[in-house]
Amino acid sequence: MKRHLISAADLTRDDAVLILDTAEEMARVADRPIKKLPTLRGRTVVNLFFEDSTRTRISFEAAAKRLSADVINFSAKGSSVSKGESLKDTALTLEAMGADAVVIRHPGSGAPHRLATSGWIGGSVVNAGDGTHEHPTQALLDAFTIRRRLSGGEGDLAGRRITIVGDVLHSRVARSNVYLLSTLGAEVTLVAPPTLVPVGVGAWPCEVSYDLDSVVAKSDAVMMLRVQRERMNAAFFPTEREYSRRYGLDGQRMARMPEHAVVMHPGPMNRGMEITAEVADSPRCTAVEQVANGVSIRMAVLYLLLGGAEPAVSGSLPPEAASSAPGTAARTEENE
Amino acid sequence: MDSGNKGAAAGRPVLEAPDIARVLTRIAHEIVERAKGADDVVLLGIPTRGVHLAERLAAKLGEITGRPVPHGSLDITMYRDDLRLGPARTLGHTEIPGDGVDGRLVVLVDDVLFSGRTIRAALDALGDIGRPRAVQLAVLVDRGHRELPIRADYVGKNLPTSLRETVKVRLIEEDGRDGVLLGAAAAAGDPSAAEDAETVRSAPSAPGRAER
Repeated sequence: MKRHLISAADLTRDDAVLILDTAEEMARVADRPIKKLPTLRGRTVVNLFFEDSTRTRISFEAAAKRLSADVINFSAKGSSVSKGESLKDTALTLEAMGADAVVIRHPGSGAPHRLATSGWIGGSVVNAGDGTHEHPTQALLDAFTIRRRLSGGEGDLAGRRITIVGDVLHSRVARSNVYLLSTLGAEVTLVAPPTLVPVGVGAWPCEVSYDLDSVVAKSDAVMMLRVQRERMNAAFFPTEREYSRRYGLDGQRMARMPEHAVVMHPGPMNRGMEITAEVADSPRCTAVEQVANGVSIRMAVLYLLLGGAEPAVSGSLPPEAASSAPGTAARTEENE
Repeated sequence: MDSGNKGAAAGRPVLEAPDIARVLTRIAHEIVERAKGADDVVLLGIPTRGVHLAERLAAKLGEITGRPVPHGSLDITMYRDDLRLGPARTLGHTEIPGDGVDGRLVVLVDDVLFSGRTIRAALDALGDIGRPRAVQLAVLVDRGHRELPIRADYVGKNLPTSLRETVKVRLIEEDGRDGVLLGAAAAAGDPSAAEDAETVRSAPSAPGRAER
């Protein structure tokens, strides 16, 4: 595995399966009387959060602590960032404190990539969500949840049909999931109002549809995305009611799904908007399971990035990551 | 201890399949004798080959005592002291039998006992899972060169080796055939290593026997 986790597109099928298999073992630690492993003792993980988050930050914190790493939580509110400190100066401060890994969430697409490639810090960088770009650990935990529910927790997702519904334009979760799930062999279909489909989606490894009813009937998993009103600077759909009627998931639509199919939501949910309470509270909805799986996935990622030898050369990417970097940068610009 | 060797050619067999079967039968009887019936024994194999050996031992113990003997696997990767000397290792599988290990006699099972560091890690891992009444160690081969104050309670075969030699355990479940092979390491051609190999000749060797 590479030294950083910036984009789900950087992961090969073998990388992804290794992370999922490792997470499967990590999940067993949660059943033990002592939910702790000594593996990352003496390593420091910094959670650098420039954007609000509940699930992801707590999940990374729990994962690092279960591996015995020291955790420093940093949120932009109440830090020198509110006094105008730049990302570079914040990064240099963390480097001076000896951070072995920086888990970063940032409103700017591409901030983790900048942090990883600038040479400001020597540790590993894990993208915990950047703007509307990517959120690779969310995609990994979604794949993990699907694999557990549908494939018995083994192998990849070859031939599974997965539908991602809603605000694809603003969703880093959708982007990471499209790359990761297609790498794992799944057939991904995006369903969204035309105004919420990003430009350049033709280059993504997925299908696009505007009709939810025709797609749900042949989906193995339906992933509902949150309508990100805080990122919407224009009228993307006429009314909320019209949106939820055409693109929301209610009990009637869920009944049309195949019997084994699951409903997923990365959270936080807007009940009544993209998902009804009836669906959210049904046993087919994996939202709470996804949170539990998130800790296992993040333990696996931290272990695989930090568990082995010290990075030989600080601030340099392995050749394959360096060659994929221009592509990442291009995507980033496109989405900013 | 990890019995994997890098790039060494086929070794000289020191234990063949019938020898391994006999050795495991003997160890099973020793366990029953020492544990006075093996009522509370739990066998935990250390991946990969220790797990298969634990399964075989459990079967033999079952035959002797007439009761099923709980067995499982204990992965020690996360407890190793050499994790930072190489890239992150793939994890093995930990499977603790349903009734757990609290208050029981845990017998750790591994293929080769070498430096003792694997067993040190296994004891740490076990401590996070529960509190056994006692812990014992069964190994197929003890090749010496301990770096920690650890010894085995049940030994299939004591095999004095030089550090240059490799000991490779092969089991049907993993490798398609049973056998313990003693080979000179990659730095072969060293006369002293070859000499050491001669002195531990204890099983009828078949020179040039083709390796699968």
